[in-house]
Amino acid sequence: MDNSNLFNYLLMLGDNSMILGHRLSELCGHGPTLETDIALTNISLDLFGQVRSYFQYAAKIQGGDSSEDKIAFLRYENQYRNVLLVEQANDDLAHVFTRQFLFDSFHKLLLEELKESKDEQIQAIAIKSLKEVDYHLRFSSQWMRRLGDGTEESHARMQAALNHLYPFVEEFFRMTEVEKSMMEEGIGADLAKIREIYYTNIHQVIVEATLQLPETKPRQAEGKIGRHSEQLGFILSDFQYMQRAYPNMAW
Amino acid sequence: MNELNLNEQNFQANIDAGKRIEPRDWMPEKYRKTHIRQISQHAHSEIVGMLPEGNWITRAPSLKRKCTLLAKVQDEAGHGLYLYSAAETLGISRDEMFEQLHTGKAKYSSIFNYPTLSWADMGTIGWLVDGAAIINQVMLTRTSFGPYARAMVRICKEESFHQRQGFEILMNLMRGTDIQKEMAQESVNRFWWPSLMMFGPADKDSPNTEQSVKWKIKLKTNDELRQRFVDIIVPQAEFLGITLPDPEIKWNEERGHYDFGEIDWEEFWNVVKGNGPCNKERVKARVDAWEEGAWFRDAALAYSEKQKGTKREERA
Repeated sequence: MDNSNLFNYLLMLGDNSMILGHRLSELCGHGPTLETDIALTNISLDLFGQVRSYFQYAAKIQGGDSSEDKIAFLRYENQYRNVLLVEQANDDLAHVFTRQFLFDSFHKLLLEELKESKDEQIQAIAIKSLKEVDYHLRFSSQWMRRLGDGTEESHARMQAALNHLYPFVEEFFRMTEVEKSMMEEGIGADLAKIREIYYTNIHQVIVEATLQLPETKPRQAEGKIGRHSEQLGFILSDFQYMQRAYPNMAW
Repeated sequence: MNELNLNEQNFQANIDAGKRIEPRDWMPEKYRKTHIRQISQHAHSEIVGMLPEGNWITRAPSLKRKCTLLAKVQDEAGHGLYLYSAAETLGISRDEMFEQLHTGKAKYSSIFNYPTLSWADMGTIGWLVDGAAIINQVMLTRTSFGPYARAMVRICKEESFHQRQGFEILMNLMRGTDIQKEMAQESVNRFWWPSLMMFGPADKDSPNTEQSVKWKIKLKTNDELRQRFVDIIVPQAEFLGITLPDPEIKWNEERGHYDFGEIDWEEFWNVVKGNGPCNKERVKARVDAWEEGAWFRDAALAYSEKQKGTKREERA
């Protein structure tokens, strides 16, 4: 049986968590309060935990001398399959929390779908991850409200962040060939099914946060087939540094 | 006898009897101030200490190492949190303590003014720096001020875990390729002397020890603790196959301890005074995080005030 679709599907799932986890890990030690620092690091840790589960499974499928670290660290830029939203920079905390909220809202719905996956491994990872992501979403939604409806400055910053990031969310729902075939096999999620719910949910929080829904059109974004923003290359040169500079060593 | 003297006598009698002093108990003003200074310095060391290690999180060489490093740095934030809370029981706010850190009025452990230049430093910091910290902290679990002593019990548990992780990172490198072995050795070469300096000035140059001993803030002298550290580390270094960069290290049968060379005290004071390799960068990173977070904290406060207002209206 050809497992390349399943393998690539796992990369999509893992890469989203990994690149977002990386962005959050850049903030560790630099948070606005100790409590926030701890919470953001926690989310990063949860995401990397998920990455390890997905990539250990992917390594098993790939066989040979594949490993979670080879998959995580030793691909070229155009072989990473995360959506562009998660690679957007930590411009300020408004961007950090808005990016988190827009992703968490999707992540939760996706995992709820994957809980029904025919693939037992994916199902198990989804069940475990849902508990974490449920908390991530509560945390980021609460901060959307606080920062959106906080001070004049925080409101303006949140609006700017939303204007920048909102055009990236439609990419979640544009199904690639890999996703379509996984859905047909009952392994992957039906993204059309969760699209409406996603928008309804995020719109509600955006309104509660007293923010305006941006009228901008969705951006062209094809991260899932390996076409990224210019930011990913810089992320990877940092992320892959040790594995590239000191190849074939155990750490 | 006047009331103050009586209070002081009772206070000292309680300490002598091994009782813990709690925040609401009467205490001499100097005891309070000394504790605010020491506990806040300790808290600052935890949060400044997040920076040199945080520096390598994005570059960690494997997913497993990345996760343990993230968790470790997060533990340090947690330690900072309980230490700030312990200091707050003495009547100072966290914001005031941050202010003292940011303006340079408060110090933190000088070890964090050294840069982390290779992945091996994550191992060396765990092994030597956390190892030295534990020796101080184990002593502090028996200190007289209750909240501080209790915070130390919890912190010590996590620190010993960190130390083992550090040792294991080095162990892996020493079992690896020549490049990895060199990386480990080079890192220990840089951190050995600064780790010895973590115990503070030599006893002959360390004032105030008598008062600290009387209040059971300090149960052992700097030199005693430093010796204990060397005695523990030398055999571990041998086990790792790492050479400590001091040719004078030698077992002294008569003393029952390892002898070791003289610390470069000029370097020690120079770093304490702010001229170490990274003093400016460390403080700047803290100040930047604080200033860039100002609007965020203000917003949280404004929102919670609004919520309280709404609840009051609902009740009315």
